[in-house]
Amino acid sequence: METIVFGLLNGVSYGLLLFMLSSGLTLIFSMMGVLNFAHAAFYMLGAYFAFTITGSTSFWIALFIAPVLVGLIGAVVERFGLRRVHPNGHVAELLFTFGLAYLIEEIVKIVYGKTAVDYRVPDLLNFAAFELYGASFPAYRIFVIFIAVAMLVGLWFLLKRTRAGLIIQAALTHPHMVGHLGHNVPFIFMMVFGIGCALAGLAGVMAGNIFVTDPAMAVQMGPIVFVVVVVGGIGSLEGAFLASLLIGLLQNFAVGINLKFAEIFGFLGMTDLSEVGRISVSSLAPVLPFLLLVLILIFRPQGLMGEKEL
Amino acid sequence: MSDTTRGFADLAPSTGAKFRQRTLPILIFAAILFAIPMAGPSRTFYTLAHQMGINIVFALSYNMILGKGGLLSFGHAVYFGLGGYLAMHAMNWIEDGVGIWGAIPMFFLPLVGFAGGALAGAIIGWPSCRKAGTTFAMISLGVAELIFAAAFMFDSFFGGEQGISGDRMNGIELFGLSMGPIDEVYWFIAFWTVVGVIGMWAFTRTPLGKLSEATRDNAQRVQFIGYNPQRVRYLVFIFAGGFAGLAGGMAAVNYEIFTPDALSLVPSGFVLIMAYVGGITYFVGPIFGAILLTYMQSMLSDFTEAWLLYLGVLFIAIVMFAPRGIAGVVFGFLDGVRGENPGRYFGRWIMRLVGILLMLMGLIVLVEVSVRWSNGYGEVYEPFGLHLGHGNVLSWLLVILPAVAGVWLTRFASKEEEGQ
Repeated sequence: METIVFGLLNGVSYGLLLFMLSSGLTLIFSMMGVLNFAHAAFYMLGAYFAFTITGSTSFWIALFIAPVLVGLIGAVVERFGLRRVHPNGHVAELLFTFGLAYLIEEIVKIVYGKTAVDYRVPDLLNFAAFELYGASFPAYRIFVIFIAVAMLVGLWFLLKRTRAGLIIQAALTHPHMVGHLGHNVPFIFMMVFGIGCALAGLAGVMAGNIFVTDPAMAVQMGPIVFVVVVVGGIGSLEGAFLASLLIGLLQNFAVGINLKFAEIFGFLGMTDLSEVGRISVSSLAPVLPFLLLVLILIFRPQGLMGEKEL
Repeated sequence: MSDTTRGFADLAPSTGAKFRQRTLPILIFAAILFAIPMAGPSRTFYTLAHQMGINIVFALSYNMILGKGGLLSFGHAVYFGLGGYLAMHAMNWIEDGVGIWGAIPMFFLPLVGFAGGALAGAIIGWPSCRKAGTTFAMISLGVAELIFAAAFMFDSFFGGEQGISGDRMNGIELFGLSMGPIDEVYWFIAFWTVVGVIGMWAFTRTPLGKLSEATRDNAQRVQFIGYNPQRVRYLVFIFAGGFAGLAGGMAAVNYEIFTPDALSLVPSGFVLIMAYVGGITYFVGPIFGAILLTYMQSMLSDFTEAWLLYLGVLFIAIVMFAPRGIAGVVFGFLDGVRGENPGRYFGRWIMRLVGILLMLMGLIVLVEVSVRWSNGYGEVYEPFGLHLGHGNVLSWLLVILPAVAGVWLTRFASKEEEGQ
């Protein structure tokens, strides 16, 4: 029971964090058709900016300023980089963001050093929210869930209920028509890219102090976010949401299960002596998203909610 | 019949042109490789040359899927690594003389690597080649992570963190090569580099190679003329995996050790950069890229700790300003000089070169000063006896002035070209 409750809570908070990252990526993809390889690098920038701003002012200011800064950097990158590469096709755009990820990581190493920085959970939230079965659940994780849900509602409201959202949605499917109606489509693209990066930055602000803020955090998170996007169906926000929660829960439950394969499949005659038998479920947790990816691609190549390609 | 129509036979290149374009470059390449030991190079040079040979085959195999097949992969090192691991195990089997292995010379290990890489490609390619484009790229990334993580779970094959090591001086000697000293290994590497280059060149001339290019350009039309693009991609993928495994087999003999790091995302990214910087639209492009980047990797990393930053800048600059890579720049230059008004072309070219060098100078000063400030050991960047600290006005002048002048020069050259 204890494992289930905590697995559920941790899974949901981690899954929502993943969704913060993947929603920006999905938004950018569905608009520009390019998968932003540097997305996790913007997430890292968010964490580092939050660390700097927290140091001189407070966490609450960082919570607002850091994502805005990351969003501005993203907009600049779109305006002076991606837009130039666009005529050369999607592969060139993907490669550009791939190079950018390299560059951001190296610059972060120079500016902040190669080791982890001391970015902490604010004191105000550094207490146990409640205790269950003798184990406590940190209040900060509740806060993460709260912010993520607020962001989700905000994003939904922006896209579905405002005029700006209407124009963005129209520009997704019919950019030329929207342009003919007098809207500045390249500017909309720049804004969307900036907003997507800002969401990644927000995720960085929230996650940097739960995990570790070091130059390797982008490389650790990047592949998982791509898995989320592909499993959910590339370009589908609903799919990204489902996949984020699925992967968040899957990983957190797996960490909690300390069984070995030999114990699970013992009835098939598998023993501790074989190499496969010695693998425990918890050690498998980091691999699970990728395993899920391969399985999804074999049985449902378009992803959970993706549209079938011709 | 009017004079405007010509038979297909007339359009085909003459025997002389065929020789010049197809056979001669490979003969020259082989001759250079043959001539290198005559100059009595040092140990360091041999080490570098071996690495280059391995990377040439690896980068070319990567270009089979990226340049010719249009499939962007972020996990090509998986096939290099799996092929190399199989070759490494075969090396140990030869040493122990298990079964038939005792009768196989060490010289043929890259073929074992080829088989391993092709087998891995056949298994992994089956689910991943169903889709092209961005989805394929993401799948390759996921698969690479999966295999890398699995490498630490199956110690009997991957050897855990220490990897698998062996001894190449065993088995039957071929061509009188004991494979011990470094200059004997050179012949091994040179031989397989040439075999790999010829093999992959020959592949582009086969119907499958041509179909792979057609699938890259328009998969739907390929389907219309009765071929299955998925199967074409899959077959090309297997061959590309095989040649990557060949490079892995060469690396196994050269280094006598393989660790799971060889399968990670880092070498996968590096081979992508090598191929792209060299130029993926040309067959020779990845060869240029492999030679340049291997040189940079081993030489530049001695001079500066920020060499990855320079690599990133180089890569982004190529993606943004020279999408056909170094090969594109070289061949474009040759065409331009041969074209009309070579004097003005050459002048513009010199202007651009000076502009790029100026920008590079600004960048180098900026990066080197920042790196020393970041380390905080109080070290100061001192090129040519100058004392460039981070608080020194001169350092900042040396960053900004050359950068601005360089940007202005290159833009001026581009404007003049447009105005012509």
